[in-house]
Amino acid sequence: MNIYIEIIYLAASILFVFGLKGLTHPDSARRGMLLAAAGMTAAIVGTLFHPEIVRYHWIWIGLLIGGVIGAAMSIWMPMTSMPERTALSHAFGALAAALVGIAEYENYGGSMGKLKVGALGFEIMLGCLTFTGSLIAFGKLYGVVKGTPITFKGLNIFNMGLLAVMIGSFIYLAYDPSVAVAFYTMMTLALCFGVLLVIPIGAADMPVVMSLLNSYSGLAAAATGFVLGNNVLIIAGTLDGFSGFILSVLMCRAMNRSINNVLFGAFGSVSHTAADTAIGNMREVTLEDVAVQLAYAKQVVFVPGYGMATAQAQHAVRDLANLLEARGVSVKFGIHPVAGRMPGHMNVLLAEANVPYSVLYEMDQINPDLPRTDVAVVIGANDVVNPDARDNPGSPIAGMPIIEVDRAKSVVVLKRGTGKGFSGLENPLFFKPVTGMLYGDAKSSITGLAQAVREV
Amino acid sequence: MEKLVFDPRILMASLYVFALAAFLGYQIISRVPPLLHTPLMSATNALSAISVVGAIVMAGRENHHSISTYLGFIAVISASINVVGGFLITDRMLKMFKRDVRVKTADKKGNSK
Repeated sequence: MNIYIEIIYLAASILFVFGLKGLTHPDSARRGMLLAAAGMTAAIVGTLFHPEIVRYHWIWIGLLIGGVIGAAMSIWMPMTSMPERTALSHAFGALAAALVGIAEYENYGGSMGKLKVGALGFEIMLGCLTFTGSLIAFGKLYGVVKGTPITFKGLNIFNMGLLAVMIGSFIYLAYDPSVAVAFYTMMTLALCFGVLLVIPIGAADMPVVMSLLNSYSGLAAAATGFVLGNNVLIIAGTLDGFSGFILSVLMCRAMNRSINNVLFGAFGSVSHTAADTAIGNMREVTLEDVAVQLAYAKQVVFVPGYGMATAQAQHAVRDLANLLEARGVSVKFGIHPVAGRMPGHMNVLLAEANVPYSVLYEMDQINPDLPRTDVAVVIGANDVVNPDARDNPGSPIAGMPIIEVDRAKSVVVLKRGTGKGFSGLENPLFFKPVTGMLYGDAKSSITGLAQAVREV
Repeated sequence: MEKLVFDPRILMASLYVFALAAFLGYQIISRVPPLLHTPLMSATNALSAISVVGAIVMAGRENHHSISTYLGFIAVISASINVVGGFLITDRMLKMFKRDVRVKTADKKGNSK
């Protein structure tokens, strides 16, 4: 390959690493990404001078169409749809990797070496299963596919069988690269496996699934790098793959579950009768009472969950926080790692509403502060504040780290209705004497609270 | 075509690159604060869309079967969606993270009390 192109790829790899390093702090993040984007541009421009290229029209048309779609998506997509967009982009990335692999096999097929076909197999399997898996994840997030786990008896055994046949055809292909049937069997099974892998996973486990798909799409790109003998692909793909892997581990830890349990446990599909003991009465509170409480508090901690995202309440929350701060109340936000549908979901929503990141606290930072907090306001979160995870070893979520709002002097829970949350678990927090329930749509409740605080 | 069979030396070199990139990625990414996990995901996704360079060559070179050209063409589209979209939306998100904007807005709104 052309030495100049190789040098450009090397420079691009270095810029990518610097770009990611920028993301370790919000102040340096934009500059870092600018470097990475420069590296990407250089790599693309350099590739256009690749000696093997003879025709340019498909390249120009492809870049143009893709660029326009990408730009349009990023300009008009609302921030609340961030999880959907991310799922789609995993699908696109995986599709690109898979198609390059298929095209490579179509072109050379049987004349490829065994090791080469081995790398190609990884590329195809990861690419295809990530493609369909991400589309299902997108469907679940967008609401086209049912969010609750879809499962049937023997699904896991069926999946295992499918996986075994897929790997079998992969091995056969590596043994004899000219057998196209093995190649296409492997591809088709990988496409099916992606669907079956994500279909039984509940919406609340989406942060883990998104991270895993992130990881797979990166590894698919890295495998493409092995096939094409291109180091910048290996580096960028591996960085992506490991980033996704680290995020999945962090998300699993934040739920005290193993990746296996998330993938094959179909959490939330069974009713956990053991934990379903009613613990007393819920105390309903009025808007005015809460407003007075908030207005005269010294410190208020908001704990947002996916309910804040669905109600699009982040701007209303910001207004309320501003009003309280103007009255001298210290306002903080406690963010659980798995709140929402993807890692960091709540942070992005609050940042969009102009909440400065200096008041966004991680779970471990906010927990010691809660006993000193006058009012903790839970906005559309449930499992991440469920004290059963800490107190009841028999609970299905036992051991999951929570934001301990029940340690605050008083708790207000904003909830749409009296029903149970997504996981179907009873939440003893709602029955505690310190807790007041404020029913209704989160956005209108918060707007009402802001109005009432103004009148105090 | 020079690359059809994996030269074991090149395979080893590729594995070295993979291992070192994995280690580097682990070191850097475990230092990214949870605050920025969503931008991190969209940023790394944009980076791995570098597979566009493979797609470009596939779409532009002389292929044995024209199907490879068309597959390369679709791959160029889907990868460049991620390149352009990924960087733009990451920047759009990062722009929103501010250390303290509260002071000014609070002055305006605080008058109402």
